[in-house]
Amino acid sequence: MIEIEAVSHRIGQVTILDHVGTRLPRGAMTALIGPNGAGKSTLLNLVARLLPLQEGRIAVEGLDVTRTPSRALALRMAVLGQDTAIGSRLRVRELVGFGRWPHHQGRPDPADAAAVLAALDAFGLTPLGARFLDELSGGQRQRAFVAMTFAQATDWLLLDEPLNNLDMAHARALMARLHSLVREEGKSVVLVVHEVNYAAAWADHIVALRDGRIVAEGPPAEVLTPAILCDIYGMEMAVTEHAGRPLVLHHI
Amino acid sequence: MATVLFQTVAANRILTPSIMGFDALYVLMQTALVAGLGITGFALLPAGPKFLIEVTALVAASLMLFGTLLGRGGQDIVRTILTGVIFGILFRSLAGFLARLLDPNEYAVVQQASFASFSRVNAELLPWAAGLAGIGIAGAIRLAPRLDVLALGRRISVPLGLAHERMALLTLGLVAVLVSASTALVGPVGFFGLIVAGLAHGLTRDPRHAVLLPAAAMIAGVLLVGGQTLFERLLGLQSTLSVVVEFAGGMFFLWLLLKGRIR
Repeated sequence: MIEIEAVSHRIGQVTILDHVGTRLPRGAMTALIGPNGAGKSTLLNLVARLLPLQEGRIAVEGLDVTRTPSRALALRMAVLGQDTAIGSRLRVRELVGFGRWPHHQGRPDPADAAAVLAALDAFGLTPLGARFLDELSGGQRQRAFVAMTFAQATDWLLLDEPLNNLDMAHARALMARLHSLVREEGKSVVLVVHEVNYAAAWADHIVALRDGRIVAEGPPAEVLTPAILCDIYGMEMAVTEHAGRPLVLHHI
Repeated sequence: MATVLFQTVAANRILTPSIMGFDALYVLMQTALVAGLGITGFALLPAGPKFLIEVTALVAASLMLFGTLLGRGGQDIVRTILTGVIFGILFRSLAGFLARLLDPNEYAVVQQASFASFSRVNAELLPWAAGLAGIGIAGAIRLAPRLDVLALGRRISVPLGLAHERMALLTLGLVAVLVSASTALVGPVGFFGLIVAGLAHGLTRDPRHAVLLPAAAMIAGVLLVGGQTLFERLLGLQSTLSVVVEFAGGMFFLWLLLKGRIR
């Protein structure tokens, strides 16, 4: 479980998060939704210790993120940020190999190599393993980074807009893959998504933010109602049902 | 080697410690010494302590200078470059101002001291400099796997469990020691680091520092010894090696930029 208690964050005079408190359940897929600037990424970055915590408390499996050694956290949670520009010129397999770093600290053994191959295979990257990252399309690149977090083999996966740049087929495949990680391997996934229907179809728990506050949280059927969606995004939209899950008609 | 390390921290292939006003500080120190003590005083300074003081001053100043790199959030490269360039200009103008106050003879001494010379190396200082450089190099190679992760940038290295801030500071410390030792021994060499770092990246085509760093050290050695030989035998000790190195370095820099090799 990730506990978030009374977390506030300010950049200059602007309040990004205002006394946010929630619990992200273990063994489930949690989706953070909300309009641009709602504070979704900031919240994720605070949990991931990428931003210094200004106010409040965050604990991952009981480990306080500000006090626990970074390596101990790296063995429990893998993070994929939104901006993945990197300085060195790496091949796909080398990048995915860095996912094993928390385990081997610079001395990879055969088990690490096997984990890297498994991660490449899981995301259909085996044929691209020897390519340089700057020779890939945006979507292939994105998959390579997801594969790196996957190779980290942690209980928690935090993904900030993992569907960026992915086409429909790969987006669905990624969501299905994450879903099976949750169902079959008992992992916990937290992700920021913009397309609410992905959250509707795959998530177990949704946290909706607006202007740095949590507006609603709960299972998709409770959160994705016309009233709440209108409150979050400021526009009217109809919600129907498909295969027992809500389907938001936001595009018409 | 220092340049390779520096580029890793800055996540940028065109930065070198010398762009950041490092050499300018050395020149300023030399000018100030000559201005303060006169030619005889400057010449009479005991070489050992002078070297140690120079190294200490350069390390302290560079830590302060590079420290801005980690000032707020640590990822603001534009701010770092600007700060470095502005400090460089400040040091250069101060040195220029002091030089105006000097008489021509004194100025000639300053000029001597502010060009790198590999022929005028003080043999007494060699063990000290070698010791310092040895510590720096050994430290850097020990840290090589962690440097690989550092090169990924903060957003990726922190989730992988690297103590990013501490590592960056440590690396900058190593850069400062390495650069100070060589600058205090032979004087500023400007673009030399850039040539070496560019060649090391280009020749090894390997992002691992365990390969890159020794490659850089070897390339540097070969270039210097080769350049010095060429210079002694062919050019008959005309002009100075650093002029040759800086000319070649400048051309190489332009070539890198125009070819779009720097990303």
